[in-house]
Amino acid sequence: ERRKQVRDEWSACLTALAETRDRSEFSRLFGYFAPRVKAYILRLGMPDATADEVTQEAMLLVWRKAHLFNAAKASASTWIFTLARNQSIDRMRRDKMPLYELPEEEPDPDHRDMGEHLVIEGRMKEAIATLPESQAQVLHLSYYEGKSHSEIADQLGIPLGSVKSRLRLAFSKLKAHWGEDA
Amino acid sequence: MKISHHFDDATLMAYSAGSLPQGMALLVACHLHWCPHCRERTRVTDAVGGAMLDTLEPVVLKEDALNAVLARLDEPEQEFAAVQSASSSDSREMPAPLSQLLNKPIDELPWKRIGYGVRQLDLALEGPGATRLLRISPGVSVPHHTHGGSELTLILRGSYSDEMGRFCRGDVADLDGEVSHQPIVDTDEDCICLIATDAPLKFTGLMGRLVQPFIGL
Ligand SMILES: [Zn+2]
Ligand SMILES: [Zn+2]
Repeated sequence: ERRKQVRDEWSACLTALAETRDRSEFSRLFGYFAPRVKAYILRLGMPDATADEVTQEAMLLVWRKAHLFNAAKASASTWIFTLARNQSIDRMRRDKMPLYELPEEEPDPDHRDMGEHLVIEGRMKEAIATLPESQAQVLHLSYYEGKSHSEIADQLGIPLGSVKSRLRLAFSKLKAHWGEDA
Repeated sequence: MKISHHFDDATLMAYSAGSLPQGMALLVACHLHWCPHCRERTRVTDAVGGAMLDTLEPVVLKEDALNAVLARLDEPEQEFAAVQSASSSDSREMPAPLSQLLNKPIDELPWKRIGYGVRQLDLALEGPGATRLLRISPGVSVPHHTHGGSELTLILRGSYSDEMGRFCRGDVADLDGEVSHQPIVDTDEDCICLIATDAPLKFTGLMGRLVQPFIGL
């Protein structure tokens, strides 16, 4: 339950930021998320100085896009993860193709409330912690290190099909924690 | 649009993890634009990334990092407006990520004839494998082949059938190396699809070996 409160706190903070444009609120978010975003980007294999830059770019997007954050759809952690991920992909590409993002709609202020999903999303970490080692390992290599499924297969010396089936098994367990509609 | 074929869970996880090659990520984004079912599923696969962010051991940034960002908060944001403006009259036929990239109606694209009733357009994206549009005439079948890695196909117009079933506009076929198939266009309309692979296809049989140098898939 304490963990859920922590999550709610950051989602509330981000929702408030969209309305107040308060720099001290932003600084608080920065203090919590920037070092985690940097840790993620470092694991993708970027050098330290680049990781700092990309983290700063991602946090700047948090400020600029805060009005698009919808706490009924995702937690602050998930939303900021997707911004950081897209920013990293963008940095790693050599060409100037546009990045393909889903159209975002500004949420209706009356429906910006915390959905029940936050409770469910809070359980995601616990669910990940209960995965068998073989499934947790492929999940980590994929999300933490950005490795493709064939790279994971090579690294672990297992067939591509096994990588995929481990991910499918992991997903069906995680999905069960989320609800039936996914 | 009634969509009946969707991505494998593992593919959506790779999309959320940011580990798909560029062309495959484009194709996934295109299907997501059309498919509420898969959008809902990516909320879960994204949440895995969010949970991960929460559990990472924080790494400090250089000392002035916050101040440097605070100093930039009032910068104008011109780049966001620019991306949205590129929608063409064809945008309803093509999903937004693709129409933004091509900027032309589908029938006005510089298609290249590659024989056997097949035309193609290589999107020339970065990364392993290939990303192309294929335009296949009615009754034509793509030679039997297996896949060295993964192959994603999104139907934009028309339909085809193969060993896995019937694929219509909006449907995706999500195939890996173990699958062998021979799609055939099954109406009197051209079938146009976006195909992204992460490794070259392997054609089987004489016909396939003959056609491979031309298609170069
Ligand atoms: Zn779908
Ligand atoms: Zn194929």
